[in-house]
Amino acid sequence: MLTFTFRRLILSIPTLLFISFIIFGLLQLAPGDPMAQVPLTVPPEVKQKMREALGLGAPWYVQYYKWLIQFFWIEPKIFIDYLTNTSFLLGWLPDTSLYNGELRVLSWQTRSPVMDIVMQRMPQTLWVVGLSYVVGIVIAIPIGIYSAYRHYSVFDQAGTFVTMIGFSIPPFFTGPLLIVIFSVYLGWLPSIYDTTHVVTDWESFKVQFFQMIMPVMVLALQTTAQISRYMRGAMLDNLNQDYVRTARAKGLREGVVVLVHVLRNSMIPVVTVIALGMPAIFGGAIITENVFKVNGIGQLLLTALFANDLPMVMTLTFIFAILIVLFNLIADVLYGLLDPRIRYD
Amino acid sequence: MTEQAIPASPVEADIEVFGALTDKEPQKPPRSQWKDVWDQFRKHKGAVFGGGFLIFITLGVIFGPWLWDIDPKTLDIRNKNWRPVYTLLWDDTAKAGWLHPFGTDQLGRDILAQMIAGGRVSMAVGWLAMGLALLIGTAIGVLSGYFKRLDFLLMRFTDLVLSLPILPLTLLAVTLFRQPLNSRFGPEGGMFILIVGIIGLTSWMQTARIVRGDILALKEREFILAARSIGTKSGKIIRRHLLPNVISPIMVSATLGLATAIITESALSFLGVGFPSDYPTWGKLLADAVQRMQDYPERVLLPGIAISLTVLSVNYLGDGLRDALDPRIRGR
Repeated sequence: MLTFTFRRLILSIPTLLFISFIIFGLLQLAPGDPMAQVPLTVPPEVKQKMREALGLGAPWYVQYYKWLIQFFWIEPKIFIDYLTNTSFLLGWLPDTSLYNGELRVLSWQTRSPVMDIVMQRMPQTLWVVGLSYVVGIVIAIPIGIYSAYRHYSVFDQAGTFVTMIGFSIPPFFTGPLLIVIFSVYLGWLPSIYDTTHVVTDWESFKVQFFQMIMPVMVLALQTTAQISRYMRGAMLDNLNQDYVRTARAKGLREGVVVLVHVLRNSMIPVVTVIALGMPAIFGGAIITENVFKVNGIGQLLLTALFANDLPMVMTLTFIFAILIVLFNLIADVLYGLLDPRIRYD
Repeated sequence: MTEQAIPASPVEADIEVFGALTDKEPQKPPRSQWKDVWDQFRKHKGAVFGGGFLIFITLGVIFGPWLWDIDPKTLDIRNKNWRPVYTLLWDDTAKAGWLHPFGTDQLGRDILAQMIAGGRVSMAVGWLAMGLALLIGTAIGVLSGYFKRLDFLLMRFTDLVLSLPILPLTLLAVTLFRQPLNSRFGPEGGMFILIVGIIGLTSWMQTARIVRGDILALKEREFILAARSIGTKSGKIIRRHLLPNVISPIMVSATLGLATAIITESALSFLGVGFPSDYPTWGKLLADAVQRMQDYPERVLLPGIAISLTVLSVNYLGDGLRDALDPRIRGR
């Protein structure tokens, strides 16, 4: 198992390089000129100097190489420094100072390091996305189990219908719909997610809770629909197996049969679906963050795109790619762990 | 004395004796496979409704402009902000009427006409992008399943594309390549080609995988061996023997592809990177209406419902097709 994991880990490096190359190539081929916003009165030779200052004068392979070095070598050094110096978790380790003033990936909008901004925005996205995923799974699994167990019952029919609807309604429609209903007409929930809000006591926790309900639920609806469909399908496949009859014949209680024997076997495909769905949820977060004005990384990507901020776009897209590759890896490893039949070693 | 029926002929007498061998009911005439598929499909109520609605909406957006011949781009500032006609039910003083059944927007453009025009674009993008994705996916799936030498290369390529971040990359490509295509094909045509191309190029992977799996299994069957032994060329085997047998997974993934294509197009328009602003699509109408949704919620609801219902019906259609085309489920 360990060798398998290790092999997959090594295989993911060329994948990531390939993806970064594709993103870089797209950005290179694109005709958008970052100097387009500069006033026309600026003389061309000054413009040329500005271009070189942004690193655009060099040939593409130098630019790509520099980006790779900055992203894979310099940024991790800074991250390790941060971990050992100031972070809460690993602050007790001896302070390291690996970073000594090399050039980092700079945003063209703010002239500050891209990773600093990403680190500021990441918690908002992770909170909303992570929580919605957990909520979605917690709702989906019981629904899936029960509708498979009572196959073709009213609950099953209704559940299938509702999950189908959740599957079909896009988040950019549910978002505004919920805002109209709960913020405008009922006035129960705020329509904008205030990220500067700090939780200090019960009252402020309630505010935080209420402002999180809508973004989390919009994202959770998609997750719930997808996972409960898979859960139902997997349970249905397993409920008619011979080992279930054996378990019943042994005189095990129905709860044990369904919730231990069948559920454990059905969880194998569902767990991988859960891991594989994670990147899609981050993609969905781009839309949800836009609807609820959450300033997470999805919203950051959009503003950077509109501002033609290529280093920021490149880095953010690549972070999304890392997430996908990482969760694919997790799904593979989990599959191997849960199902001994398909271990590859 | 017991009466015994006198058999008319010795043969019938034999049949009577071996009663178990006779058919209880007259033999059914032979049925074609597609008739069976249709019968199974009809049992799935949701799928029938879904298919019907999809046909209805497709025909509606194709022939709609002849039935409702108001130009969606005509400004009529005097008649702006009409409410939909159903508001008259609870509010007699509302500015509404049958002249504009769905109302008009802030510039006086008729919303029904805009919905039809928008639906045309959304559905066209959906169908074309799905077709493109199917074409690429089937080609790669067949090639990689049939030719062993290409298999490794093509499947690694598919895996790589599968791990690309699709939505961010789509956003990227649309914003970056808008300019050259617009100058080449005009703002609408350029955007149309761009969006169809991008959605098609980023959603073929599942089809390729499914088709490859099926081809791998079919390739080992006797009828392929027979075809090869009489000297059939590879191209002909693929066209005559393999493709007709993988038509059902292709059809199922076609429905999924249609749904994702419609949603992706609307999402792009919603995020403001889609079609130009005076060119209505459902996602665009929805996005434009979000700012005024407190006063005019119907402008968000109508396009939103159109998108959702279309996608819902496509998904139900896919469910029904999957059941109908699966011979293990069919006939149960």
